[in-house]
Amino acid sequence: MPRQRAEQRKAEDTQGQDAIFRGTSGGDAKLRIENFKDQRSVRGTPNAAMPAFVLGEELADIADKDPRIVVLTADLANANRTRDFAARHPDRFFNLGIAEKNMMTIAAGMASCGMIAYAATFGSFCAILGAEQAKTDCAYPGMKVRLIGHHSGMSMGFYGTSHHALEDLAITRTIADLTVICATDANHLRAILRASVDHPGAMYIRLGRGRDPQVYAEVPKDFRIGKAATVRKGKDLAIITCGSEVRASLDAAELLSKRGIEARVIDMHTIKPLDAAAIRKAARETKAIMSVEEHNITGGLGSAIAEVLVGEERVPFLRHGIPDEFVRVGPPAALYAHYKLDAEGIAKKAKSFLAASGRS
Amino acid sequence: MSAVRAKRGHNLSREQLADRAMFVRLETLRLARICGAGHYSSTFSAAELFAALYYAHLRLDPKDPHWPDRDRFVLSKGHAAIGLYPILADLGYYPASKLDNYTKLGSDFGDHPNMKHIPGIDFSSGSLGHGLSIAVGMALAARAQKRSYRVYCMLGDGELAEGQIWEAAMSASHFKLQGLVAIVDRNQLCIDGQTEAVMGIEPIEQRFAAFGWETQRIDGHDFDAILEALGKLPPAGEGKPQLIVADTIKGRGVRRMELSLQWHVANLAGEDYDDAVAEIRAGLQPREALESKNAKAAR
Repeated sequence: MPRQRAEQRKAEDTQGQDAIFRGTSGGDAKLRIENFKDQRSVRGTPNAAMPAFVLGEELADIADKDPRIVVLTADLANANRTRDFAARHPDRFFNLGIAEKNMMTIAAGMASCGMIAYAATFGSFCAILGAEQAKTDCAYPGMKVRLIGHHSGMSMGFYGTSHHALEDLAITRTIADLTVICATDANHLRAILRASVDHPGAMYIRLGRGRDPQVYAEVPKDFRIGKAATVRKGKDLAIITCGSEVRASLDAAELLSKRGIEARVIDMHTIKPLDAAAIRKAARETKAIMSVEEHNITGGLGSAIAEVLVGEERVPFLRHGIPDEFVRVGPPAALYAHYKLDAEGIAKKAKSFLAASGRS
Repeated sequence: MSAVRAKRGHNLSREQLADRAMFVRLETLRLARICGAGHYSSTFSAAELFAALYYAHLRLDPKDPHWPDRDRFVLSKGHAAIGLYPILADLGYYPASKLDNYTKLGSDFGDHPNMKHIPGIDFSSGSLGHGLSIAVGMALAARAQKRSYRVYCMLGDGELAEGQIWEAAMSASHFKLQGLVAIVDRNQLCIDGQTEAVMGIEPIEQRFAAFGWETQRIDGHDFDAILEALGKLPPAGEGKPQLIVADTIKGRGVRRMELSLQWHVANLAGEDYDDAVAEIRAGLQPREALESKNAKAAR
C-alpha cells in the first residue's frame, strides 16, 4: 500500500505545475476563469476526499445556518475553492486581491462587529507575511478570525522557498491566545471547521497541499480542539505527527510492523493548546517517541513536544522534520522522499533511532 | 455632557467644545505625569478633532458601549489614546477614577488602547498602518448586517508611509464604502522630523483621490471648519469613501511643544508642568499661518 501511494504521488507530480493546482482548480479551464457561479458539489465524487475541494463547500454549508460567517481570500478563490462559498453566499465573500495583510486586518475589523471571519491564503503569506496582523489584530484583541494557511509546508514543491511555509507553526504557536490546528484530510478539515464556529478567539488552521490522502473515512465525531487522536495502536514506539505526515506515518507504521515493531501513531492536530496529557501517556506507555512533521525542525511540533517531555522522566525522543535549511526545488513527492518524510523514509529513521537508543 | 443615542449632531457652543479640547490637553498632562512619559504633542494636535467627534458628532451610547448600531471610531494613531481616555470617562463609559493609576501595573489603560479592557474603544491599536483596514472591515460588516452606522478612522500623517494604508485605501473604494471616513491628523511631524523630509506623503488629497476617495482639507484646530466638514459627509451607503485631511500643529496649545521634535514622547515636571497648565488654561493663541508649508507645496 505505501509503495502504491508513493507511486501515485510521483505520478501526480510528474504532471508538473498543473498537478499541484489541479487539486485546487478542478483541472478544468472553464473553472479557472472567474466563474463563481459554478455550484457543482464535490459530494459523491473522488474529490470529496481532498481537503482542497471541501473548504468552500463546508464553509457554505455552515453559513447556510449561521449569518455570522464571512469568507475572505487574496486572489486565490480558485486555488482554495472559496469560490464555492462565493457561489452560494456572494454577499458574504470578499476577495481582497493580492493584499494579504489588508485581508487579515479587515477580517479582524469584521469580527469586531460580530462576524466570524475565515481568511484563506497560502500558508507562507498568511502566517509569515501576515504574522504581525495575526498577532496584533487577530489574537491580541481575541477576534474570531480563522486564518487558513493552505499549501503549507513544502507542498508547493518546485515553486520554491517563497511559496513554502516551513516556519508557520513556530511563528503562530508563540502568539498568545492563538489556537493552532493542522488539518489531516478532507473529513478532518470538515470537523475542524465545524468546531471552529464556537471556538473563542483567533485560530490558525494549517492545510497541506490539498491532495492529502485520506486518514479519516468519515468526519471524526470525537474530534475536539486540543485533544489528540490515536490513529494506530502500538507500544514499541509512538509517532506523534500532524497534517500531511499522518498518512505517511501510518504507512511507515505498517512497514515497521513487518519488522516486528508496533508503532502508535498520534495525530497531534492541535499544536496549540497542545495535548500534553497524550504526550505524557505515550512517554509512559511506549519505549520511545518520535515526532514527524513537514516543518523546520526548529520550533514546530517536535519542539512543542520537547517542551512537554523536558519535565518528564527520560524517554528516548527523536525529532524528525526538515533540517534548518531552505529546501531544494523539486516535485513534492521527490522532496518528501529526499527529506525522508515519506513512509519509507520515516520507517528508516524510526528503525535507526530505535537501534541507537537500544529499544529495538 | 453625554452624547445622545441614535442622533448625530449636538448643539454644543464653540465655547463648550473649546472647553472640552482644553480638558483633553490638561488631562493629557496629568496622565503623562502619572506615567512619567506621554505622547503629548500627537495628542494636542488632535484635541479639537477629538472634541468635535465625541461631543458633537458621533452617534454613540455610553450606557451601551456594544450597541450594534453605534458609529465606530478607530484610533489608528493609537499613541493619542491618552487624550481619548479622559473623554470616554467624561461621557460615562467608566469612572474617571479608573485613570488615576494610568499605565501602572494592573491598570487597564496603557499608552496604546486595549479594546478588551476599555469600554468605548472599538479596536485595539498601536501598530501603525492597521487602522484603516480595521475600519474597512467594520464598514463591510455594516453592509453585511444591513446597518447604517459610519466608521471613522483617525490616521496619523506619518503612518501614511505604511503600505497597508494604501491596500486599505484601494479596497475601500473598490467596495464603495461611502460610510467610511478617514481623518488624517496632518500635524506635520513624525518622530525623526518633518514628514516631507523623512518620507514624503504629500499631496495627500490627490493621492487618495487617485485611489477613488472624496476628499476635503481643513484647519484641524478650527471647530467651525471641522463641524462643517463632518456635516458635509454623505450617509453610509454605496459611494466614495470620505477623506478629511485636517491640517494641525503637533504640540498645539503649549508653545514649547509646537512643531518641536522633543515632545513626541516626553515628561513635564515641576515648574514646567505648571507653566504648561497655565498656558493651556489661557486657551489657544492664534498662529499666523496654520496651513503647513507642506500643504502649500502640494497645491
